[in-house]
Amino acid sequence: MSELPGDLLYTKEHEWLRREEDGSVTIGITDHAQTALGDLVYVELPEVGRDLDNGGDMAVVESVKAASDVFAPIAGNVVAVNEDLSDDPEKINSDPYGDGWIVRLKPAGGDDGELMAPDAYQTFIDELDD
Amino acid sequence: MPFIPHTEDDTREMLEAIGVASLDELFDEIPEALKIDVPDDLPDALSEMQITRLMRERAAMDGAPLCFIGAGAYEHHIPTAVWDIATRGEFYSAYTPYQAEASQGTLQTIYEYQTMITELTGLDVSNASLYDGASALAEAALMAVRSNRSANSKQVLLAPGVSPMYCKVATAITGRQGLSFDYLPMNPQTGNVAFDELDEDSSPVAVVIQQPSFLGTLEGVDRLTDWARAHDAYVIAVVNPISLALLKAPGRWGATGADIVCGEGQPLGIPLSSGGPYFGFMTCKQKYVRQMPGRIVGRTTDLDGNSGFALTLQAREQHIRRSRATSNICTNQGLMVTAATIYMSLLGYDGLARVARQSQRNTTRLAAGLCGLPGVERAFEGPHFHEVGLRLDRPVGPVLVALAEKNILGGYDLSSDYPDLGNVVLVCATETKTDDDIDAYVDEMRQVISSSAAQSA
Repeated sequence: MSELPGDLLYTKEHEWLRREEDGSVTIGITDHAQTALGDLVYVELPEVGRDLDNGGDMAVVESVKAASDVFAPIAGNVVAVNEDLSDDPEKINSDPYGDGWIVRLKPAGGDDGELMAPDAYQTFIDELDD
Repeated sequence: MPFIPHTEDDTREMLEAIGVASLDELFDEIPEALKIDVPDDLPDALSEMQITRLMRERAAMDGAPLCFIGAGAYEHHIPTAVWDIATRGEFYSAYTPYQAEASQGTLQTIYEYQTMITELTGLDVSNASLYDGASALAEAALMAVRSNRSANSKQVLLAPGVSPMYCKVATAITGRQGLSFDYLPMNPQTGNVAFDELDEDSSPVAVVIQQPSFLGTLEGVDRLTDWARAHDAYVIAVVNPISLALLKAPGRWGATGADIVCGEGQPLGIPLSSGGPYFGFMTCKQKYVRQMPGRIVGRTTDLDGNSGFALTLQAREQHIRRSRATSNICTNQGLMVTAATIYMSLLGYDGLARVARQSQRNTTRLAAGLCGLPGVERAFEGPHFHEVGLRLDRPVGPVLVALAEKNILGGYDLSSDYPDLGNVVLVCATETKTDDDIDAYVDEMRQVISSSAAQSA
């Protein structure tokens, strides 16, 4: 059973968001996603400074058996990427909500799209697993 | 994987097991409207003896001319051992190597090939090959667009000596993806880039440099490489693999070396065979490997710690990454690459260098002989490899026709691709030509020239 931190928001694409104190937003993929992917071998990160649309391509996570796109859950500008993932992509497997964070965005504002509270996301993945 | 035949009894048994009455019934999902009978206008079948006779007669029509045409495909001596080994059943009908445990021989052959090609080109990684040199250039351009994030451009600049056929193919392949291919200005004296006419404001995603050039000249690769890097452009080298035995490897061009190297592998033991099959090679710097198209064979250890080979980095490929794959290619020119690997193993560096030097020497001798005739002169100043452009005092076409009647394929007429250069013919003499062959060409040319008057372009 995946543990879901209560202070995050979630998307149907299995990304999580944390709103930071300085207004930026940290993004990663959920425990459900990393379990499905398997051991990660590579993460393709965006360049700092790039503008992303809501739902646009943000990163690619590659495991031994699949390569998955990670989409931007909100529109924004990339202010930081987790460089540690270049040498240690498995951080996403071992600590998906902490050291396995992927990108930090400065939100562009506007429509935030479909962000779910933890229990809504839990219901969503329970229905998937059925 | 051996051939497993089955008899009519086997077939009947299999059909019974699945509850199907006949082979026709097995395929009955195909709508009747799509099925055809044998067309009326097909001639009657010929026996094997009749067919053999027919093909022999047709082959005799080719004749056995002396070939002095290069222009992208080169006649070199192929040691008999190359195809003796490459046509062994294990190589000739080896299956595609996705199942590593059943394909170690194939995978090791490709791995050896990749190793040799990276050494020749001076870069870090190679793929398992592409279809040919022209499509390899298209793939290299697409790879540069994917990798080169700092350039905000899809414009690819070509040195003037990049093959016009390669440019056409690359344009056709990448047409719907917004890439443009534009030639840099040419210095007509040298056939190479006119450095003083370069636009310092240009910001291409990549600069393509062909060495030796399509015109047979040697481009200022160091200077052009540095210029490209100063403009944040990738450098794509298009090279002749035999020439790499003599010329500086693209990995050492300029201050940074080329980023991607590609080219036509045909000179490495592949016969001319009317244009194909050939194979394209591609190598790149380690940091771009995840953007490289095509199969890549890697070396690893199995669960028991034994060394073995497998296809690797497959998440680039379309069977995993689908529309986001680095390319739609899901194959390689396995048989051609096997032959090329055997060729390179047999010749080694010394052998390749001898082939290269003898070809260069023969072309020098041919050019000197032809330029001794009235109305023939070198079109470009500067050194050449095994091809040279010669300017005639009359249109090239009729001269080549006259030579062909004397069983000599004199060269490639450049005037349709490079109309501004005038009447220039590209001639090539590889190590397969003897001094007598070269003298014969010069003699025939002398007669062709004297038998008709000069005409200015």
